[in-house]
Amino acid sequence: MKTTVDLLQIGDIATITNVDLDKIPLKLLEMGCFPNNTLEIIQIAPLGDPIYLNVNNGSHLAIRKETAREIEVEIQQK
Amino acid sequence: MSIQNINVALIGNPNTGKTSVFNQLTGLKQQVGNYPGITVEKKLGFCKLTNTIKANILDLPGTYSLNASSIDENVVIELLLNKNDKLFPDVAVVITDVENLKRNLLLFTQIKDLEIPTILVINMADRMKPKGISLDIPHLEEQLKTKVVLVSTRKGFGIDDLKNQIIDYKSLSTEPCMNASSIDEEYFDKLRKAFPNQLLYKLWLVITQDVNFLNLERNEIRNTFTKSHSDLKRLQQKETIKRYQFINDTLKIGQTIDKTNATDLRSKLDKVLTHKIFGYAIFFGILLLIFQSIFDWSSYPMDFIDATFADLANYTKNYLPTGEFTNLISEGIIPGIGGIVIFIPQIAFLFLFISVLEESGYMSRVVFLMDKIMRRYGLSGKSVVPLISGTACAIPAIMSARNIENWKERLITILVTPFITCSARLPVYAILIALIIPNNRLFGLFSLQGATLMILYLLGFGMAIFSAYILNKVLKVKTKSYFVVEMPNYKLPLFKNVAINVIEKTKSFVFGAGKIILAISIILWFLGSHGPGKDFKNAQQIVEKEVYTSPLKINPSVIPDRVSEYKLEHSYIGIIGKSIEPVIRPLGYDWKIGIAVVTSFAAREVFVGTLATIYSVGSKSDDDLTIKNRMESEVHDDGTKVFNFATGVSLLLFYAFAMQCASTLAITKKETNSWKWPMVQLIFMSGFAYIAALIAYQILK
Repeated sequence: MKTTVDLLQIGDIATITNVDLDKIPLKLLEMGCFPNNTLEIIQIAPLGDPIYLNVNNGSHLAIRKETAREIEVEIQQK
Repeated sequence: MSIQNINVALIGNPNTGKTSVFNQLTGLKQQVGNYPGITVEKKLGFCKLTNTIKANILDLPGTYSLNASSIDENVVIELLLNKNDKLFPDVAVVITDVENLKRNLLLFTQIKDLEIPTILVINMADRMKPKGISLDIPHLEEQLKTKVVLVSTRKGFGIDDLKNQIIDYKSLSTEPCMNASSIDEEYFDKLRKAFPNQLLYKLWLVITQDVNFLNLERNEIRNTFTKSHSDLKRLQQKETIKRYQFINDTLKIGQTIDKTNATDLRSKLDKVLTHKIFGYAIFFGILLLIFQSIFDWSSYPMDFIDATFADLANYTKNYLPTGEFTNLISEGIIPGIGGIVIFIPQIAFLFLFISVLEESGYMSRVVFLMDKIMRRYGLSGKSVVPLISGTACAIPAIMSARNIENWKERLITILVTPFITCSARLPVYAILIALIIPNNRLFGLFSLQGATLMILYLLGFGMAIFSAYILNKVLKVKTKSYFVVEMPNYKLPLFKNVAINVIEKTKSFVFGAGKIILAISIILWFLGSHGPGKDFKNAQQIVEKEVYTSPLKINPSVIPDRVSEYKLEHSYIGIIGKSIEPVIRPLGYDWKIGIAVVTSFAAREVFVGTLATIYSVGSKSDDDLTIKNRMESEVHDDGTKVFNFATGVSLLLFYAFAMQCASTLAITKKETNSWKWPMVQLIFMSGFAYIAALIAYQILK
């Protein structure tokens, strides 16, 4: 199922299908956030934002919802 | 026998234990300074490798890649591009974390492209076993064209291997480990032909990065090889993905991870520490602990320091021959130094907590928890660190705002941080509260004085948040907002790292602020004990005449006090104080307080020192009286107390809000690169303080 990262739930694992380059900082890419890599939602902060991810099996980072919206993914498993 | 010096640069992602390796290599042989013109901390250390070889080890700021997004990261690129730099490395040591090898190697491949001899340190190697990681070192060395050293600063192995490898740096390959230019052959071919003598990757960095590059005409390159911003970004993306492909291929054989044996402390801790209730409760508990240490535990060493300096001043006064020089020491220099040293316990406790929280990885969880809440006020989750550090001192706090990527959030953080009650306000608060608030307990439980202090802290914090809210509405700064925080693995902080950090930070605070305070105390003492004209010179005769000719029978024993009083009034400082009296009279201050307000513009804590100097210059009897007793016994001409409730509250409010710190203005100027923002701080904060103090005094008097 195709969706974007901001809509995922804690525990979801997904494959990145597309990132909007103009809206996403290069730094995020360098952390491993680019197509064909997997990401897992580890935690979502109490007010729904930011989102804590494990990208590319080992790169742990938190991003805001507005950035998460620009990362398209395909959910692998619930 | 000549000594050979090798320049070594430590480079690595944040949270890879780079500083631990630095500390292990250099011990306490470190110099912490600044890069010229900017406030990025420059850490240089020394290490004797053999009897004839010495290494200068430079700990560069942590960076994720050579695509810089902050001034800290720019420093790394500028050094690596400038072969003429005194510190240009003979050998680069890239530090990586064994659990994060994939991402850490990205930077490594970029450094290799610069054709600098490079050693790869895989740090935290003691965690390989519990994490089920095994490495094929020969394969990694072959693919990455480097030497690999496994290091654990925690278990203390690998450092000697690293030293040997540094000695042997000439045998390292300088060949890049991959070919990044294949992402756009045509473009890079043209570039190569135009500048045949330059490294291709260097040229590429000059085109894409906003850095100074000495030898090359940057504009020339840019004009000839211009590409649209989004084209460049697309190429950078391709480059990044290409590098990851290479790294993935290398690690496929070079690294195996067997997850069945892995223990996962991280996710368990994360569940609690970022929990929607426990997370906040724990953070709040830690804050309470920090404040407890600052106010309660620190008071013991502080009382001791206070008493020691008072004794020392008395001792010098009694045992040195009387004269100008003795006065300078006992009335100017010793109280001046005492005024700085007394802050050491508080500052040290604060830096201790902050460095433990950062080293352990907990601080990122706080950023994560607080981001959404802080954003309502135009701040970022990352503003939490500056706001907490601000309780010690606004200067390091403002510098720590640097890792906020969003310029508007960073600017607001910088602008409001000085409202947070810093330790320099404490002595001012402490003495004023002791003067005007009775030492009673409310409901037999809360100390009234303690409660007042807490209200002042809350007032500072509330004002910071309130101004952030206003600034967020008013400021029209357009920036692309983004926020990426690495959530590092939890680590038990290393004692050595924390200790060195606390010592360095405290030292730089004490010496930085110390110089100003000491200079001011000496100038003050001079201005207070010298004066122009006859009134000052002939004070003795004038006062004597007045006393003896007075129709009221005045006891001649008051003469010495009256003389010093009269002298002070006609000294340079008295003249300055009197001239500003009309401005501060409505706030309930006399000219002596006025002097203290003016001098403490350099730094708030100077307020108490100034009053101490003024009152000790201004009295000849009762030398062992404490400053508080002297302030208490100060009266106006009509016999009413100077430090009454209304004046006290007015002063407390003034110091809570006013921008009374020249160093903070200087750091704001440096960090924002403009005089506009420090001026905004000065006018807004001090103007607000004046109005608040005015209203309070007029209502209460």
